[in-house]
Order: sequence, then C-alpha cells, then structure tokens
Amino acid sequence: MPLKIGAGDVRNIRDHAKEAYPEECAGALVGIDTGEMKIVVDVWRAENTHEDERERRFLIEPLQIKEFEERATERDMDLLGFYHSHPDHPAEPSEYDREHAWPYYSYVIASVGSDEVKDMRSWLLKDDRSGYDEEPILG
Amino acid sequence: MPKVRIPTPLRQYTNGSSEVQVAGNTAGETLGNLAEEYPGLKAHLYTGDGRLRSFVNVYKDDEDIRYLDGPDTEVSEEDELSIIPSIAGGSAASRCR
Repeated sequence: MPLKIGAGDVRNIRDHAKEAYPEECAGALVGIDTGEMKIVVDVWRAENTHEDERERRFLIEPLQIKEFEERATERDMDLLGFYHSHPDHPAEPSEYDREHAWPYYSYVIASVGSDEVKDMRSWLLKDDRSGYDEEPILG
Repeated sequence: MPKVRIPTPLRQYTNGSSEVQVAGNTAGETLGNLAEEYPGLKAHLYTGDGRLRSFVNVYKDDEDIRYLDGPDTEVSEEDELSIIPSIAGGSAASRCR
C-alpha cells in the first residue's frame, strides 16, 4: 500500500532528522487509511527516550504512543506509523528495527548525514516478522 | 470476562475489534488465551521462547503490570487490560566505544 506524504510533512521529517543529528530522531505519522493508501496529514515529533546510544537507538515510550493515539482519534485520524532517522546509515531497516517492529505501521526511515538528509524510504513489517516490504512514498 | 484493548497494529488479527473479552484470572493467562483465540497475534506478542516481547506493554487499568505482579497480576471480570506499544529501533551502526 503506498504512503502519501506531502512536501510539508517530508520537510518536517527532514528538519527533525537534521536537528537531532548525530542522534536518532523519531515521531508519529498521522492521517487517514483509505484501505488502498495511507495518507499522512500530519507528523508529530516524539522525544527519543532511549537511555543511551541515541546515535544508533531510539525509543518512544508507551504513554507517548497512547497520547498520540488519543490525539489522533480526537481528530478522526489514524496513527499510520512512525518515522525515525539513521545518522550516517542507509534508510533501510536494521535487524534491531525488525526485532522491535509492529505490523501495520509504516516505518519511514531517513538517512541523515552531518549536512543533509540523503534518502527517505518507508517499510512495512511482514506478517511473519521475517523482514519488510518496502512501501512506495508518494508526494 | 476481563476486557483487553487491542492497539491499532494488532486489530487486523482480531477481525478489526479494538476491544475483546477473554477469559483469565491473571494477566498472563488472559493474554495467553487471547493469543489462542486470535492466533495471528501470537508472533507479535511473544518471542519464540514464549516470553512477552519487550516492546509489548500491558496495563491493568492505568498501571503497567511490570510494576504490579507481572504475568501473575490478578484480573477480575471488571478489569481492563490494555496492550500499548513502545516504538523502538535503530540503525545497524556499531556500538560506540
């Protein structure tokens, strides 16, 4: 299923990734699931609360997720997935990503260097957790 | 029977339901019965050796069961368990030394 993200939200993700560098950033993708496409309407920043090694790890706490869900529901929207950055690493899910992923959610990964975001790709965990299917990102 | 609130990513395995009722006297028993009744959930809730995955957080009302009695936390007919995700991940970068 393609993921549609408008230019403004792409810019917001890129800005967050650059600001957080060299640490990983993370946030929520909020919008509408039409059944044929996920349409991102807004992105909400989250705090990376991983205890250490935030250059290579991120964590969004469950109560933050709960708040995102409630906020999205109040606006008649869905929590479609999450974005995070990979400082100086490709925009591809790692084994660590796979071990911690949830089905259904789109995982947008931004590969960010010291001066720019080099790549942004979206991934969906397979049902059997064996890997990911890449989702096309539409502008 | 206690209620279990199902997070968005798992509703595809519960026929779209955001809340289900499942028998159980403890949190562990209730979740185990949930996975039996909706087998598609099992791989996403439990590791291969039967432990709850670390990013699967279970709350009894507003309390994380880790701070109660864990899987042995008692649940009554009126209680509600909620499965709430943590979202975690990271790159394949080597550990900083």
